Amino acid sequence: MSKYDKLVTNAAGRIVPTIINGKEAIPFMGVGKFKTAGRKAAPPLTSCADYPADGNKVIASLKEALVRCGLKDGMTISSHHHFRNGDLVAPQVFDAAKELGVKNLMWFPSASFPCHEPLIKYLEDGTIDHIEGSMNGALGRFTSEGRMKGLGVLRSHGGRYQAVQDGEVHIDVAVIAAPSADPFGNANGVNGPAACGLLGFALADSQYADKVIVVTDNLVPFPCIPWQIQGNYVDYVVVLDQIGIPEKIISGTTEVTKSPDRLLLAEWSARFCDEVGLIYDGFSFQAGAGGTALSIGIFFADILRERGWKARFARGGSNKYLVKMLEEGLTEYILDGQTFDLEGVRSMRDNPSHVNTSPFTSYNYHGKGNFSTLVDVVILGATEVDVHFNANVVTHSDGMLLHGIGGWQNCLFGKTVILPVPLFRDRNPVIREEVTTLCGPGELIDVIVTERGIAVNPRRTDLIEKMKGSSLPIKTIRELKEEAEKICGVPEQPILTDEIVAVIKWVDGTVLDSVYKVT
Amino acid sequence: MGELVSAGNKGKGVRSDCFVSLELTSGGGIQLELDSKVAVMYGNDIRKEVHTILDHAGIRDARITLEDSGALPLVIAARLEAAIRKAFPSDNEYLIPMLDENRYETPRERNRFTRLYLPGNTPSLMINAGIHHPDGIILDLEDAVAPDKKDEARYLVRNALRGIDLYGAERMVRINQGERGLADLDFVVPHQVNLILIPKCEQPEQIHAVNNRIREIRKSRKLNNPIWLMPIVESALGVINAYPIASAAENIVALAIGLEDYTADLGTRRTTEGSESFFARSMIVNAARAAGIQPIDSVFSDVADMEGLHDTVLRSKAMGFDGMGCIHPRQIQVILDAFAPSVEEIEKAKKIVVAFHEAEAKGLGVVALGSKMIDPPVVKRALHTIRLAVQLNKLEENWKESYV
Repeated sequence: MSKYDKLVTNAAGRIVPTIINGKEAIPFMGVGKFKTAGRKAAPPLTSCADYPADGNKVIASLKEALVRCGLKDGMTISSHHHFRNGDLVAPQVFDAAKELGVKNLMWFPSASFPCHEPLIKYLEDGTIDHIEGSMNGALGRFTSEGRMKGLGVLRSHGGRYQAVQDGEVHIDVAVIAAPSADPFGNANGVNGPAACGLLGFALADSQYADKVIVVTDNLVPFPCIPWQIQGNYVDYVVVLDQIGIPEKIISGTTEVTKSPDRLLLAEWSARFCDEVGLIYDGFSFQAGAGGTALSIGIFFADILRERGWKARFARGGSNKYLVKMLEEGLTEYILDGQTFDLEGVRSMRDNPSHVNTSPFTSYNYHGKGNFSTLVDVVILGATEVDVHFNANVVTHSDGMLLHGIGGWQNCLFGKTVILPVPLFRDRNPVIREEVTTLCGPGELIDVIVTERGIAVNPRRTDLIEKMKGSSLPIKTIRELKEEAEKICGVPEQPILTDEIVAVIKWVDGTVLDSVYKVT
Repeated sequence: MGELVSAGNKGKGVRSDCFVSLELTSGGGIQLELDSKVAVMYGNDIRKEVHTILDHAGIRDARITLEDSGALPLVIAARLEAAIRKAFPSDNEYLIPMLDENRYETPRERNRFTRLYLPGNTPSLMINAGIHHPDGIILDLEDAVAPDKKDEARYLVRNALRGIDLYGAERMVRINQGERGLADLDFVVPHQVNLILIPKCEQPEQIHAVNNRIREIRKSRKLNNPIWLMPIVESALGVINAYPIASAAENIVALAIGLEDYTADLGTRRTTEGSESFFARSMIVNAARAAGIQPIDSVFSDVADMEGLHDTVLRSKAMGFDGMGCIHPRQIQVILDAFAPSVEEIEKAKKIVVAFHEAEAKGLGVVALGSKMIDPPVVKRALHTIRLAVQLNKLEENWKESYV
């Protein structure tokens, strides 16, 4: 079986395969164009009579649990990324699979991190065929070099839910690492040594997988409350000494930036929002975990406080800064998809206004609406933006795949999407003639804020009108590109092979772009 | 075979820079080994640049390694030229084009509230300095550069003066002390520098020496753009000689104090509250005012303490200073806000200025506010306050139209 076949040019003008790992795929047709029919996928019927009446589903080891799940060659194993770079479970799952001699598995994580680099040996020896989810850092490099056996598939958080719900991806075994669980399989993320806040990314896995294993290092007597993961979906419970490294769970880009250039981006982004009237009493916003985005949140908080206003809700990833806003009364709710620090975990545990959400409520294409479309201001990042406002978040300008999509594509559906990005990083211009990899169509991206000027998408005539006479430096995206090239020089296009190593899925499951092998 | 020479920086945390090692060989042509973070996009560009510069220097045979963390072309040129000069000294400069945006002069009386210090051998901090809009940007060849990097910093500072857009900031360079400082001038005077900071001034003769060298360079290069001087007093003797220093030359526009060295010279420690330097700062203000130039305060070194900075600036302003140094761009706005006229100052100045214009219109020689006479210096001060308030966006330019 070849990794892919039958290339076509999709509605975005990108060449994509329509056969991916032996299965048919639909090319991107335009934003909101693809409609689907049929019924949702569902796991097989079970009988409670087959499960222990005393509710004790604890099994001695991961390996035994996998055996009982009937793990076979070619199956799909899923895991969540709430432990971020502190995940100790996924590598052990594949250690066990290797010991069992199982081959050609598909790993279906909600995201991958540097801690998953040890899985490369299983990609090399055939235990794992390919990854669908995200391929970060070393795994991305491995993929870019064309060394993964199957074709990589990158999906957004919402796209993962969509793929599970419409049966595009069938999870044979879901492994859910849970900071707290009881022997029946009820589980949560707010208590225990590996507390990570919530387990929203594992919800779909628990409900749609054929077999579900909960893995914990904090087994409590029934009932485990709260029970975000419900034991009625769970087949087996495995207890390990340690499932996550706390300081790596709470990690990464969760401090406000000290970089003066990024602070300037944050300040200008907030000023822009204020000048066009996006900030009002009762507004809503989502700012990600990056240092610049966090700083924008702080500028928003300052504006709200000064005027005696409050946000109706702030969309998490939550962190101590957002929690402070909640506790100070500057936002009424945090609707949270993942918690980035211990303050976020504490607040989610103790404060009913800090609400856990899943990609189903906020991002899923098969939902009857998504609340991502209700968010007034969304702040996102990008590795590249092109003159048509298209953006890339997965590859660098040299073509190397290094990041996942996360919730980025789903957030593009917010009312106003702002990308604060430097005009160039060292000598890498961020604004290009054409993005190396298309992850988000320009029609959904409204404003690019750089340290040398702000470009507004010509589609947003309302914003352009409101910024007339502003003291902020409003420029066209082409002017910004030329300014970058004057400083850095005109970059050469990377010479990539025509061999596809991964595809980018759009939120509706269609294929948006291809990632090529680097030379 | 020549010796192996090098210039630039590499290693963890180094960005937007490069490290060049060069060995002249007796044959074999140019052997360039390029290890660049941006090789995919600019590899050919970099190779071409290296060959052009070697060609310009007349080098036909050499082994070169270039380890590049994303350096801009002007940085690569500076590093390579510095390495070449170590391998064989010559006056043959490789000058990158001067940006049109950088060809401006600054007036003697311009605001100098904020001047941002940038280490002269750290390109990553230079490239975006202008976007923060300090009044002045100092490319520092003195204390912010390690002793063994002082030669190569000259090439970088020269190229920065030519090739980095500082977006209208006054273009300043702090030279070294003594002979090295005079030699530094060769690298900055011909490249549209607006102001030279002279460190550790104790005697007017130091100013004369700098001016003599500037004159020689201008004569040989046929230059006539104005170059202002800002001597920095950093010792007890300098403080005692503050007035002779401040009045030593026509082109001195400001007198600054450097408190770290000054307090060390006194044998005391610098405090935030600053009583140990009160005398020295008063001397600087008095000497500068007596000489008709701007007194400029030292830097505030805790970049995380914005409240402490704000209080310090208010004290500075109250003492009569016209500006302060910054060591981080985020200090700029805090300093500006504190130096800017306060709401009360503006309101008072508005009343006086309106009264003054009314008196003028009526042909009266005396300005009165109610029953109180206003002295001419007070009117002058009020006009200055209004001008500043408008400049710093604290007051609309047409404020008088809505004034009741």
